[in-house]
Amino acid sequence: MSENLLEINDLVTEFPMRGWGKAPFRALQGINLQLAKGETLGLVGESGSGKTTLGRAVLGLAPVTEGSIIFEGRNLATMTRQQRRQMSDQLQVVFQDPYTSLNPAMSIEEILAEPLRVRGTSRADANTRIAQLLDRVQLPADSGQRLPREFSGGQRQRVAIARALALNPRLIVCDEPVSALDLSTQARILDLFLELQEDTGVAYLFISHDLEVVRHISHRVAVMYRGEIVECGDAAQVTKNPEHPYTRRLLMASPVPNPAEQKKRREERKALSL
Amino acid sequence: MSTISLTKASATMARRGTWHRLLHAPLALTALILLFLIVLATLAAPLLTPYDPNVGILADALATPGPNHWLGADSAGRDIFARLLFGGRVTLGAAALALTVATVVGVLTGLFAGFYGKWFDVFSEWTTSLVMALPTIMLLLAVRAAVGNILWISMVVLGLHLAPGFHRLTRTIVVGVRHELYVDAARVSGLSDVRIVLRHVLAAVRAPIIINAALTAVVAIGVQSGLEFLGLANTQIASWGTMLNEAMVNLYVAPALMLWPGIALGIVNVALILFGNGLRDALEDRPAAQGGKKRTTAAALAAAAAQDSEGERVSALVPDAVLRVEGLRIGYPSADGISTVVHGVDLAVRPGEVLGLVGESGSGKTQTAWSVLDLLPREAMILGGSITIDGQDRAKLPAGRRRALLGNTLAYIPQEPMSNLDPSFTVGQQLTLPLRHTMGMSRGEAKAKALALLERVGIADPERTFNSYPHQISGGMAQRVLIAGAVSCEPKVLVADEPTTALDVTVQAEVLDLLRSLQQERGMAILLVTHNFGVVADICDRVAVMQHGRIVETGDVAEIFAAPQHPYTRMLLGSLLHEREPRTRLVDSEQPLEASV
Amino acid sequence: MIHYVARRLGAGVLLVITASFVVYLLMLVNSAHIAQTLLGPDATPDLVARKSVELGLDKPGIVQYWNWLSHAVRGDLGNSWNDGESVGFLILNRIPVTLSIAIGTIVVSVAVSLVIGMAAGVRRGVLDRIVQVISVGGLVFPGFWLALVLVVFIAINLGILPATGYTPFTQDPAGWFLSLVLPVFSLALGAVAGLSQQIRSATIATLEKDYIRTLRSRGLPEWLVLLRHVLRNAAPPTLTIVSLNFIGLMSGAVMIEQIFALPGIGSLAVTSTTSGDIPVVMGTVIIAVIIVVLVNIAVDLVNGWLNPKVRLS
Repeated sequence: MSENLLEINDLVTEFPMRGWGKAPFRALQGINLQLAKGETLGLVGESGSGKTTLGRAVLGLAPVTEGSIIFEGRNLATMTRQQRRQMSDQLQVVFQDPYTSLNPAMSIEEILAEPLRVRGTSRADANTRIAQLLDRVQLPADSGQRLPREFSGGQRQRVAIARALALNPRLIVCDEPVSALDLSTQARILDLFLELQEDTGVAYLFISHDLEVVRHISHRVAVMYRGEIVECGDAAQVTKNPEHPYTRRLLMASPVPNPAEQKKRREERKALSL
Repeated sequence: MSTISLTKASATMARRGTWHRLLHAPLALTALILLFLIVLATLAAPLLTPYDPNVGILADALATPGPNHWLGADSAGRDIFARLLFGGRVTLGAAALALTVATVVGVLTGLFAGFYGKWFDVFSEWTTSLVMALPTIMLLLAVRAAVGNILWISMVVLGLHLAPGFHRLTRTIVVGVRHELYVDAARVSGLSDVRIVLRHVLAAVRAPIIINAALTAVVAIGVQSGLEFLGLANTQIASWGTMLNEAMVNLYVAPALMLWPGIALGIVNVALILFGNGLRDALEDRPAAQGGKKRTTAAALAAAAAQDSEGERVSALVPDAVLRVEGLRIGYPSADGISTVVHGVDLAVRPGEVLGLVGESGSGKTQTAWSVLDLLPREAMILGGSITIDGQDRAKLPAGRRRALLGNTLAYIPQEPMSNLDPSFTVGQQLTLPLRHTMGMSRGEAKAKALALLERVGIADPERTFNSYPHQISGGMAQRVLIAGAVSCEPKVLVADEPTTALDVTVQAEVLDLLRSLQQERGMAILLVTHNFGVVADICDRVAVMQHGRIVETGDVAEIFAAPQHPYTRMLLGSLLHEREPRTRLVDSEQPLEASV
Repeated sequence: MIHYVARRLGAGVLLVITASFVVYLLMLVNSAHIAQTLLGPDATPDLVARKSVELGLDKPGIVQYWNWLSHAVRGDLGNSWNDGESVGFLILNRIPVTLSIAIGTIVVSVAVSLVIGMAAGVRRGVLDRIVQVISVGGLVFPGFWLALVLVVFIAINLGILPATGYTPFTQDPAGWFLSLVLPVFSLALGAVAGLSQQIRSATIATLEKDYIRTLRSRGLPEWLVLLRHVLRNAAPPTLTIVSLNFIGLMSGAVMIEQIFALPGIGSLAVTSTTSGDIPVVMGTVIIAVIIVVLVNIAVDLVNGWLNPKVRLS
């Protein structure tokens, strides 16, 4: 992990508010982050912390008001739309809701072919690639002709992951990719993410509200609170022995699936707040 | 569940596009064929009748239907059948012109406004409300006064006047689609805006536009024939509207003249409306099981009784339960009869006990909770079993008493705080209404009690929250308000359906603390539905694990965590991330992958 | 809320001015045609040209519009080109007729639709089917055709109600009522078709809201949930449809006034259109737009007041 794949410097994102003369809403405030090649950076925070906005800013789906987002030495923030489109083979996304992130009217094959065809891949090559991708995410080979609604949430998320992988990206922004899934499905999808990283060396910016998920999947973890990063460091260290009071509060509030341990944690939390 | 079990049915299910579905909607298809035949008949008019529609034979004036004039003749001796056929060309052609203008202008501007927004959106919204404020006939009268009697100009203006309907419809759908995650994904995939519109947006807009076009055609035909009926068109040329005008003139002499053009208009309109409605129903893809509800219930009940669940009854194990569910079966009407979602659930909650009902999505845990409350959706059917609350078998109570059990015996805390408060009423109004009705309190007493409750659930400024509307408070506060409402009438059993799932973890911890202290203070029993084992460990005394509509394991919370018996429980606990080595496999490769729907 | 009211009123005024501008320009597209219509087909081009100058039609459209507008804001809508009568006076005489029909139709159709629409939404089943059939049936035949049928059967054949004509309220309230029955009935049929369907869907949509389940869980009786919470939340979409219906009603009134020989604004618009009396046509269109805009503003204000988010901002 020597060289940085992604470098975010002093990023500020503001959204205009409705109505004349209203001050814009500042969703991100002076964000600094580095992400190495093949690394997973976990981004954890509660609703409204700005973690999703940060992911969307990296993807070009949210505005960059100030600062820079350097990807492989090029500043994404100053690129034209045309140039951004060219980045699609480097930078991909998996969204939270596998129900709305796939167009319900398109077959799995059409969904997977979309990024390939944009890049001018021939129909035959695209079909070969789609077969590889379905196999890669462990979906049956005959899935291509079917519509998203014929699949369960976990399977749909596999389709979304296959679409992100289609162009062999260097970085995938994963925006809460397991929070809409059941416990057992979550475990399998997390396994798939790890396996894909081992095989392809892709880096993840992994956004989640769940400290346990982030601890499990990440090398390093950044904690967000009200548009700022309050703590960033080694995954085990941040999620087990946090330094920042907010992270500590977050950790203490997460219930442990063990009645005796949870009782202890509850008492610790009460002591902490006194 | 041994392998990926994509059932045969779904594997062979063909992709069903709009047109394919239309072909399987008999009503819409019949209507479409009828329309086609009518258009064909007007085009083939010279072949179908020997008469000139605009030249009369005076001797035949007001002739009754007969072999010479099938439908009779009008006051000038013109053949009515011929006038209907030829007149259809004018009426339908003019309406088609208006409809085309409306569709093209409305859809294009709607697409542009919806996709790019900004100033064009503001401008077009303004223009739209301007155009819509002009009464149609008045506008066309003004046009007629200004440019004279030129049909196509009137129809183009009518088209422009009808365009806002298409504009708004298209814009609304496009704005909706534009915020869909799949469009974001397409952007990230490098699709240009043009390709996104062509591939994703147009597909979503197409069917609603066709439906709207059918209904707008009805309006266009009505307005066009209305204009002619007013005598504002060239009365020398036959059309259905001029025929009606002629009928109006002869209303006292030959009232039957209005019959035929009216029927012609009626048939075309019926066809258009049925086509639109048929297409809409086909797209909504509803199973048409409503009519069969009563018939299937008896059969299903018999089947349910036949296979009523075996094994020991919980009543034997938990004699003092305040809430007892035995052999509960719930079904929904589906395309092929009834699909059962809960298969004989047995549950018992003791006074002052917290029972966790855990399971994954689709396990039937929420359905079970709603049936305990007697608040299942209207389509749901209780196929068997009994629910006993505080010693009373609910099925044996009269309907009025069943609702009266709610509030002061059974209460409910929902999952989503914001959507469970009525946005049109203040928090106070929503809290005091049940107090006044169920507890018979006066306005003042109810207010005092509501304020005390708000304070009890940890709201810092009760008076202010009391007077607030739901949109003025945060999600965490809203959940506290809902808890206050649930406990307000001193219930014995609280049914909480994922009460902390929609909350942030820090708020979740506070809400769990609140629930625990209220439960201990009042000795309430709680049936807590959740998918979160952390929540179970935090608050539950006992746990029931649910899978595919059945309870697979019930036990003390410590026992279940320490020594789960059922393989499904073991699998669920095995999927937990807690105490697992980070960045290692969670699931044995031996275990099956998730199943499809 | 004050801000909201002011904005709505401002937008309404702007809308009326813009609409009058559009209609004015539309009518001046072909000024030679206007003079020709007034003078009849036999008039020589020379005469037509002189008439155009006399009526000021040779001036640029914007100047003519400004002349019209500057008088109109002072309540002077000009004089009829046919008989020199004041347009404002003509319209004022006829407004009670049109408003009687329009308001009567709204009251009847809202009352009927509210009962059958809500009942269908709550009970579903057979009642629901009936509302569905009514909603299709009401659209099948144009309102003016239904009016013709009514005239033939009820007025001519059965002789129960007056077929045509209008009795002013001040002259004979009972006669006024009877002269309105058929016109209002024929207009209300179409209105009920659309409105009952809308109320039905609004009721169903509201009944499916989460908060309705929660309110029921508090032990409130069903009638209270329906009358207090469902009705209140189904009201705004229904009111919006009512205001849209009102625009259609102004069009419908034109046809109905013609059939029943009622001396309202609609029949004035038709006669002045055939005779090319531009100031009168202009006046009737503007009055119709003003009525529509006023109704829209009223509905917007009520909806704003019903919505706490707007009321409290």
